[in-house]
Parts: sequence; structure tokens; C-alpha cells
Amino acid sequence: MAVETKTAPVLRCQHLGIQFGGLKAVDDFNLEIGESELVGLIGPNGAGKTTTLRTITGLEKAASGSIVFDGHDLTKITPSKIITLKLAYVPEGRHIFPQMTVAENLEMGTYADKAGMAGTMEDVYARFPRLSERRRQLAGTLSGGEQQMLAVGRALMAKPKMILMDEPSMGLSPLLVQEIFDIIQEVNRAGITVLLVEQNAKMALSISNRAYVLETGTISIEGSAAELMDDPRVKKAYLGQ
Amino acid sequence: MAASLFVQGLINGLNQGAIYALIALGYTMVYGIIRMINFAHGDFIMIGAYTLFYTIPLMVNAGMPAWMAVIIAIVVCALVGVLVEILAYKPVRKAGSMSALITALAMSIFLENLAMVLFGAKPHNVQAIFQLPTVRVGSVSLPLNVLLTIAIGLLIMLGMQFFVKKTNLGKAMRAVPQDKDASTLVGINVDRIITLTFAIGSGLAAVAALMYCSTYPRVTNDMGSMMGMKAFIAAVLGGIGVIPGAMLGGILVGLIEIFVKLFAPGWYEAVTYGTLIVILLVKPSGILGKNLGEKV
Repeated sequence: MAVETKTAPVLRCQHLGIQFGGLKAVDDFNLEIGESELVGLIGPNGAGKTTTLRTITGLEKAASGSIVFDGHDLTKITPSKIITLKLAYVPEGRHIFPQMTVAENLEMGTYADKAGMAGTMEDVYARFPRLSERRRQLAGTLSGGEQQMLAVGRALMAKPKMILMDEPSMGLSPLLVQEIFDIIQEVNRAGITVLLVEQNAKMALSISNRAYVLETGTISIEGSAAELMDDPRVKKAYLGQ
Repeated sequence: MAASLFVQGLINGLNQGAIYALIALGYTMVYGIIRMINFAHGDFIMIGAYTLFYTIPLMVNAGMPAWMAVIIAIVVCALVGVLVEILAYKPVRKAGSMSALITALAMSIFLENLAMVLFGAKPHNVQAIFQLPTVRVGSVSLPLNVLLTIAIGLLIMLGMQFFVKKTNLGKAMRAVPQDKDASTLVGINVDRIITLTFAIGSGLAAVAALMYCSTYPRVTNDMGSMMGMKAFIAAVLGGIGVIPGAMLGGILVGLIEIFVKLFAPGWYEAVTYGTLIVILLVKPSGILGKNLGEKV
């Protein structure tokens, strides 16, 4: 069942276990993502998808197992240093800085590496013309879709090798969801590896190369996106067919 | 005659106000970043003043200007501030605002009593800091050290405003209270920024101690609690959490105090607290405070 990655893995989680107050949230989680892949991680609410991403980026502590990104053991790195390894996380619920302007939010994206900022902001504005129009506006006054774009834009400011996307479609209209997914594909085509966590399994599988299904803290199914779309279990539970 | 009395009051009020404003800045910065009222903050003026008391003679003997002692006082206050934050406040940070409040009150009592044990309960006189003449303009006497105090206060407040708005660290200080996770994700070491905020706030208290001692050269172990209370009121009056609010609140409280003392000496505290009550009734977030709903 295991699928070989095309190239050397950029991110590899092995036997990852995460605990919450003595309860096992995630158990023996294994995942491998190759360079420039777009990999989906789908599963029901409460399966531990967000917890896993928060643990990869150091916001939660792993109880056991290893997380290796680009040759670095992430479990041994101060959380605020993870962005300097060029691993960015666009968290669930966007987490922009509401009382800062759009421009300031983007600027914060290069906090760890001010030197790398040159030109990046114009690239982000070119990709998101709507943010460009609103650069002096407070981020808290943006619409949900614009905030999501800002969160992605802020992550791009750090020129990441890999982006973890957590529920980018949450709370957005179908039209905006399409727009955000187009952006994710574009980002991936530009060579950035993407791990996409989504409840909207259909959308996620439609743009992913491969995908994992996380159920109650363990990976239950994995394979290419096409395989998963044909898998009767996935069809029944996540695609509503 | 009335005009000169007014100008005199204005200058003294601004002097007093600049001191309150600097202390209020310390309250507001710490509140701004971790939503905690650091009730021990006033006592850092006492720490700064004692440091000045002991270091000014050393400076003078070494042939250096007395005000240079403030550099040592800033370092001492900043270090004690960091120590207090790491040893006392950090361990209870996740335990809720009530625990933090009680810890801060306890820290205030602890520092005042520690000072009494170390330096005695007897007031000490601080040596003159600025040897500046008093200029007479018409019938108004302008002590130049008072004008200098006001200038230092304004300069520091403008400097802080610039620091928070324009510098990388200042932006991190604004980002942390808005979203701790997002701050970590963009590479801000949240704990370090909180510690830095305590260091700056406590260092400012040392400058306030210098300004205070150049007008009232007396040090006691409990000098900080009354000053701290007034400055806290100033911070709330102006809008706690916003730097211009601390400036405005400090200067208002200073002016009210001096002018009421001129006309009805026994009433100045009643008027100060009364003003606070009226302003909070009209605008609960303070004059310049922003009324922000809690973000989920």
C-alpha cells in the first residue's frame, strides 16, 4: 500500500505520537513527502489533522517519534526557528495580525530573515491583486477570503521550501474556495512542496498528487489521489458517493 | 500675576506629568503585551532611586556628571525587571489573570520590604543631579532642570512610539498580543519579546526615578507605591495598552494634581480619582483606548 515518493523526502514523520492530557491524539503517524509534491491529508473532524500540523511546526510537543524536515529534526528545534528552515504554516483560522495593516502583516512574514524580503512583497501583491489594493487597510477588516489570501501571502514572504496548509477552504464561499485552491496549485507549480489538510476531501484530492486519510489519530489509507478517489471506503465516507 | 501663576503651574504640572507618563508607559507596555497589570512596576522607581542614591557619589568622585548614574540605574532596573518576570510571572502566566494579579501585588510588597531590610526605613537624600540655574522670565521662575525633565520625558515617549511602530522588535511587540501562534510561526520568540518588554518598562522606571529625584531628592522604600498608583491611574485614564494614552494620561494627572494643589490643596486626589471615574463612565477604555472585542 505504501507509495514511494518520487524524490528524497522533504518531510518525513516516523512513528509520530502526540498526547493531549494523557490521551493519545495521534498514534504511530507515518508520512513522507517528496520535493515539489502536493500531498493531501484528509479525514473527519477531530481525527488529529490540525494537531499533527501544529506538532510538525513545534506549536505542540511530540510525545514520541521523529519529524525530519530537510535534514533537520524538528522535535529538537525552538518553534520560532522553524520558519528559518523555510517551512511555513498557514494555520487553520488564518491567524493574521488583525490590528496591523496588510503591508505590515506581509512584512511580519520576513521577520526571521529581513534580508530575504527584497522584491518578495511585490511578487505577493502581483499574485494577490486584492491585497495590493488594500495594503494600508487593517487586516482585521478584510473579508474571510482576503484574510486567507493574506495568510498565504505572509507565508510566501519567507520564500518557503514547503507550506503546510490547514483547512484553507474553511468558511469560504465555493467561488472563493476555487480561487484559493487555484492559488495552492500555482504555489506548488512554482516548486514549493505543499501538505494540504482539508475536510473538503473532493477538492483536496482533485489537486493533490497523493493523499493520506487520518482517522482517530492513525493513517488508515494512503495512495495516489486517483487511487483514493476510486477507493470504496473513501468514496463512501468522504466523497459522498 | 494670575497669568504667571498659571504658567508656573503649567510647567510644574508638565514636570510631574512627564514623570507619571514615563511610569504609565511601563504599565501600558506590559499590559499591552500580556494583558497583565504589573502592580510591582511602581517599586522599580524605588529600585532606580536607591541605585541613584548609591551610584551618584561614585560618579561624582570619579569626576563624571551625576546624571550618568542613570545608566547604571537603567541596567539595574532592567535586570531586576527581567528577573521578576522570569522567576515570578512566567510560572503563573498560564494560570489566569487573577493569579498574575496576586503575584504582582505580592511582588510589590516583597520588593518594598526587601528594600527596607537592605536600606533601612529611614529616608535618604539623593545628591543633586543637575546643577542648572533657574531663569526668570518676567515674574515666572523657570528652573532649567524642570524644563530638562520635561524634554527628556517627551523625547523618550516619542522614541518609544517610533520604536514600537517602526522597528523590527517593536513590531514583534505589537504582534505578540494579537496572535501568539502566528507570532511564533513568523519566527518571533514570544518569551523573549515578553522579557524584553519587562526590561524596557523597568528601565523606563529608572529614568522616571532620575526625573523624580531631580525635583524631589528623597528616597524611601515605599516611594514607588503611591507614584505607581497615580501612574496606573494615568495609564487607565489615557487608555491602557496604547502608548500615546500613557503620555496623555500622565500629563493630565500631573496637571490636575499641580493645579488643584494651587487652589485647593486638600482636594487634588479627590479630583484626580473623580476625573478617572467620570472618564471611565463616559469611555470605559480610556481617552485614547481602543475598544476591541476579544478575538477568538
